[in-house]
Amino acid sequence: MRILRNRKTLVGLILLAVFVFVGVFGPTLAPYPPLELVGKPWESPSSAHWFGTTQEGYDVWSQFLNGARSILIVSFLSGVIATALSVIIGVAAGYFGGLADNFLSMLANIFLVLPALPFLIVINSYLPAGNKASTALMAAIISVTGWAWGARVLRSQTLSLRKRDFVDASGIIGERAWRIILFEIVPNLVPVIAASFLFTTLYAMGTYVALTFVGAVDVNSPWSWGSMLFWSQSDQAAESGGWVWFAAPGIAVALLGTALALLNFGIDEFINPRLRAAGLTRKGLRQAGLGRRSTLGLTPVVRRTAAAAAAPADPTVIVEETV
Amino acid sequence: MNAPVLEISDLSVDYGFGPDAVHAVADATLTLRSGEVLGLAGESGSGKSTLAYAVTRLLREPGVITGGSAVFHGDDGPRDLFEMDGEEIRALRWSQISVVFQSAMNSLNPVFTVGNQLTDVLRAHRRGMSRSERRARAAELLDMVGITEDRLRSFPHELSGGMRQRVMIAMALALEPRVLVMDEPTTALDVVTQREILQELGGLRERLGFAVLFITHDLSLLVELADSIAVMYAGRIVEHAPAEALFRTPRHPYTEGLLNSFPALHGERVVMTGIPGSPPDLRGLPAGCSFNPRCAHAVDACKETAPRLLPISWEPAEPRRAACLLQTDGFQAPASLTRTGLRAEEIGSTR
Repeated sequence: MRILRNRKTLVGLILLAVFVFVGVFGPTLAPYPPLELVGKPWESPSSAHWFGTTQEGYDVWSQFLNGARSILIVSFLSGVIATALSVIIGVAAGYFGGLADNFLSMLANIFLVLPALPFLIVINSYLPAGNKASTALMAAIISVTGWAWGARVLRSQTLSLRKRDFVDASGIIGERAWRIILFEIVPNLVPVIAASFLFTTLYAMGTYVALTFVGAVDVNSPWSWGSMLFWSQSDQAAESGGWVWFAAPGIAVALLGTALALLNFGIDEFINPRLRAAGLTRKGLRQAGLGRRSTLGLTPVVRRTAAAAAAPADPTVIVEETV
Repeated sequence: MNAPVLEISDLSVDYGFGPDAVHAVADATLTLRSGEVLGLAGESGSGKSTLAYAVTRLLREPGVITGGSAVFHGDDGPRDLFEMDGEEIRALRWSQISVVFQSAMNSLNPVFTVGNQLTDVLRAHRRGMSRSERRARAAELLDMVGITEDRLRSFPHELSGGMRQRVMIAMALALEPRVLVMDEPTTALDVVTQREILQELGGLRERLGFAVLFITHDLSLLVELADSIAVMYAGRIVEHAPAEALFRTPRHPYTEGLLNSFPALHGERVVMTGIPGSPPDLRGLPAGCSFNPRCAHAVDACKETAPRLLPISWEPAEPRRAACLLQTDGFQAPASLTRTGLRAEEIGSTR
């Protein structure tokens, strides 16, 4: 597949696949439940306990394997919900304009200026105790603060699209508004929507980890990397030598974020033909000894030597070059 | 014969690198002499615009110049444009080489008046000029292209497409360049406006003495306008000859096909033949001569040997070259490609 030829996408996909694997099979593969006394406190990493043990003597490796699932569910679910909200609200505001636009823009602006984390902490404190463990509810709550940015971006894109001739033309031949939106406007927004989805997912992941870390949600159920960070902080793991306890979930969260960002760049280049640059990649330029992208208004000159000119089909023999 | 002002030799241009690279222009050699109009004709995708853009180093990504040279005889002696760095070529552009693009009229900034945009270049390049001198020069430039002075205060949207294109031509001439590259400058305009602009261009060239590299797919236009014509096919120049000679006595089957593709205004009704087939895909050119699958005169050797652009074997003294095996030693070119100056009677004198 062409999309896999892009190294960014490939690395992002592999990273994400690893995390999804951990999310799906982690709890099965984990040697112990996350909160079960299986060793002495503060054991160093060993063959029995790969990541060592906690202050209570729990197995950190098991905690790590168990921690991925809820994070992935909350992040992606909330990415889907928030992106759907931002598409509906943003495109509607941009397309219909007028009073609808005023109202929807105001709504988006309000949610943009709300300080998200304190707001979520307040919402959480009002939830009945039994519901705090629900990952779906968690995702829904995080999406409430995550949609506004995407909606604003999509609104401005829609505003510029709606005045284009092809949109006017389908209006004149009598297409209904929903059809124009779905078939004329939204396909043009796909790169923006994809980027918005991945970054909202990233945002949701960060927010969920932060909420757990500050203890605003039920810390032990569902178990997540945020819970590990919470407990390692409150049990002073840094001072007691249990550094793997917070390093493992920290690095995992960072890598998952990297995977999403890489995928976003890759999708952007895949969808936007201008960024694809038909084979004139950084790598190709480097091979030719140019080292940087060509600038507009100064076409690069890459000469082949006499030997290479005899076999112009072979690109590896470009020897001499001038900028 | 005038001194050369732009010598392009063995120019090759690729799009992209590596095995996916498309060879858009291959081994093109052309000489533009001062005061001359050199026409570059060919179908869409034949590489004519790519050639012009590459010579001026304006080709966008993923275009890469892979060989050859373009020696420009400017104010400070002959220099290879391909050896210059960004600053040197910037100094050369507009003041010595200027370009008019096909949709150049869209390059006008809608929020400034025409006069403002015309004087802008003078302010940057002619430091000594006073405000009133710049204004007078801008008026003069507009007058040259047949637009009245009071249009200096107009905004681009207040002008018609033809007028805007003329403003762009005036702008290109503002610094009296030696070479004017025009890439289908009149394609978007109707034939009447087109004729007006071309007539003005002809007059201007006689007065100012610049050389023009004129790119178009309209061969009949070139026959009138150009001093010499180069015909491109699949990235190669297949025939290069003085305009009159190319029109009356083509030496390459492709040129012959193009000339047979437009009808005469007078004379008997004839069935137009055109050229069978369609232009080849540059990613998979046929072996040998790339025109051989469509050529009426192709022989077996055409499928194996790629012809080079050479003088005609049986009239080597003529200032013309063709890339056709049949015109080299050891082959017999068909009668239609060996005529000497009889074509006018055959298709009716139309011009």
